[in-house]
Amino acid sequence: MNQKNKFREQIPQISEEQITLLERLSNAVSVSGDEGAVRKIVLEEVKPFADSLEIDAMGNVLVTRKTDVENPLRVMVAAHMDEVGFMLVNDDGDGLYRFEIVGGIDERQLVGKSVLVGSDLVPGVIGAKPIHFTNADELKSKIGLDSLRIDIGPGGSKKVKVGDRAGFATKFKQVGPSLMGKALDDRLGVATLIEFVKNPPKNVELLAAFTVQEELGLRGARTAAYRLKPDVAFVIDSTPAMDLPVWDEEENVRYNVHTDAGPAIYMMDAATLSDPRLIRLLVETGDLLEIPYQFRQPGRGGTDAGAIHKQHGGIPTVSISIPGRYAHSAVMVARLDDWKNGVALVHAAIQRLNRDLFTQER
Amino acid sequence: MTDIKNFLKSLISMPGLSGYEAPVRDVIRETWQPLVDEISESRLGSLHALRRGTGPDPRPSILLAAHMDAIGLMVTGQEAGLIRFTEVGGVDPRILPGQEVTVHGRELLPGVVVQPPDHLLPASQQGKSVAMEYLFVDTGLRQDELAEKVRIGDLISFAQTPVELAGNVIAGHSLDNRASVAALTYCLQDLQFMNHAWDVWTVATVQEEETLGGGFTSAFELQPQIAVAIDVTFAKGPGANDWRTVNMAKGPSIGWGPNIHPYIYQKFVEVAEKLDIPHQKEYMPKHSGTDAYAMQVAAAGMPTMVISIPLRYMHTPVEVVSMNDLERTGRLLAEFIRRLEPDFIEQIKWENEVSDESKE
Repeated sequence: MNQKNKFREQIPQISEEQITLLERLSNAVSVSGDEGAVRKIVLEEVKPFADSLEIDAMGNVLVTRKTDVENPLRVMVAAHMDEVGFMLVNDDGDGLYRFEIVGGIDERQLVGKSVLVGSDLVPGVIGAKPIHFTNADELKSKIGLDSLRIDIGPGGSKKVKVGDRAGFATKFKQVGPSLMGKALDDRLGVATLIEFVKNPPKNVELLAAFTVQEELGLRGARTAAYRLKPDVAFVIDSTPAMDLPVWDEEENVRYNVHTDAGPAIYMMDAATLSDPRLIRLLVETGDLLEIPYQFRQPGRGGTDAGAIHKQHGGIPTVSISIPGRYAHSAVMVARLDDWKNGVALVHAAIQRLNRDLFTQER
Repeated sequence: MTDIKNFLKSLISMPGLSGYEAPVRDVIRETWQPLVDEISESRLGSLHALRRGTGPDPRPSILLAAHMDAIGLMVTGQEAGLIRFTEVGGVDPRILPGQEVTVHGRELLPGVVVQPPDHLLPASQQGKSVAMEYLFVDTGLRQDELAEKVRIGDLISFAQTPVELAGNVIAGHSLDNRASVAALTYCLQDLQFMNHAWDVWTVATVQEEETLGGGFTSAFELQPQIAVAIDVTFAKGPGANDWRTVNMAKGPSIGWGPNIHPYIYQKFVEVAEKLDIPHQKEYMPKHSGTDAYAMQVAAAGMPTMVISIPLRYMHTPVEVVSMNDLERTGRLLAEFIRRLEPDFIEQIKWENEVSDESKE
């Protein structure tokens, strides 16, 4: 019992202050390749706690928290700062801009949304042809990106130009047991990692990597892992839940993870086979401390782990995701409890980590 | 004086779906009350506001009708903590995924319309537009709590907040037709400083999006000598550029077609030209798609007219309207009304041929 309490005491708490920070992070527009808005918040939050802090050539924020322990394990924890969004690619005049999708957004999620454009966050909307002009055949096909425009109002604005990024204008809210907002993939991870920097596990040297361009192919994590050269790595992300009912009322056996079932441990996705010793560590930690967890269904998708584990001569790596419904759309829904349990599981697992890990069989 | 832009923003921050207009009606009543002599409600819930003229009894009256109801959604059932729904008014299901809404259950619940991933949909929907019957609303509540708070028939309104765009332009939901309600308010404010012979009924009608129920019944009850529908029309923009569209921010459109009395049309054009109020022609060869269609045949029939505010992206939650067009609409109506002579109706003769180009 004593042992358990020792672990529990160290786990950072998620309360109003942390949710307010998540809100700021969720509302910030930080499209892959232009992560400045989130980076600014991250720097503000971690600076007072960092033993060393670096922004690398990609724009990753790399923070070290040292420990009194001699010859400590160097543990990288990564969360990506970028989100899917848009870039304006042509000025059609009259305040209308053609745009391209940055990262993966289903075209069907674009229509009828308000957006924020450029660093001045100029408001715009993505409209659609009136239903009155639409015939029955057209209603069956999706509205393609080609026919959509970002409209910032007739006359346009000097603050907006081709090349600017844009993101959904969704405002974060907390509703009952849920968190609703855009880009919870992966601001949940960023907010978690900020708490880790503020309250690091005392047994290891913490190497926090706030990465860029995850949505464009795990590009920031690749250079971050090279630079940090950790002994092991944990990646904290948000994975799409896909736990909705099936149309024909058959059982949904092709969910990815379930909301309300705790953080999801990755065994295998399209980019990574997680290190089985780290999976075991997480499972044992969950069981010991009675923190709910689940296994993400093996399958497609990937996290920063895909880039990290193949860096240098190989880095034992595992991913943990907070389940989030409707990733890569204007509004995601995640459960506060899943987030709290995710923070607890990873933090406690790192507390329990030592060099014995490497002597274990895989 | 009410600031019209702020008033409009408050109007489009309200629900008030067809048949359930109470929230928006209360706000309109409060704003109109000091501008009129009498205010009452019809049996279907339309708001009737009378501003008396100065002409001799029996005074003729003009009815200005703007519908206040809005399109939206309605709960049809629940499945695993998620809401199934249908539409109120004409909603293109393709605008819905990712849309923020408010569910009017036992309390107001924020929610979002969600499209299940393709592999949970029938093959006919995968990678295509997804029909409304396969979409859900997620309120973030768990199954048991949702079941307590939401039941079949509860309304779901769009939650998009008003957005100010460049060029004195507002975007939001329900600008169809709250923009016209705001234009009527502008007109009423103008009339405070004008001498007008005719009585003026400003009417916020109900149920236009479903049945034109307000248009039929208010025109019948008030029996005006002239009835004008003020509505929104299609502005040119992405996906809308043919003959049915007018230009954004180039003034209200003056309708021409079977729902429009040619003589009233001519008078409106005269007033607009005389005062250099920017305006456009709009050709409505059949049903005008407005309350004028109903009012024209109410009781023994009456001369009707359609004045429209250009609007982009109609029936989406990001409809766009120019404040300049809205104010010009209000001004045109007020200037028309002050120029109505007591015997204007007697001057109408069908023998006087009128064409839409008669004054050009």
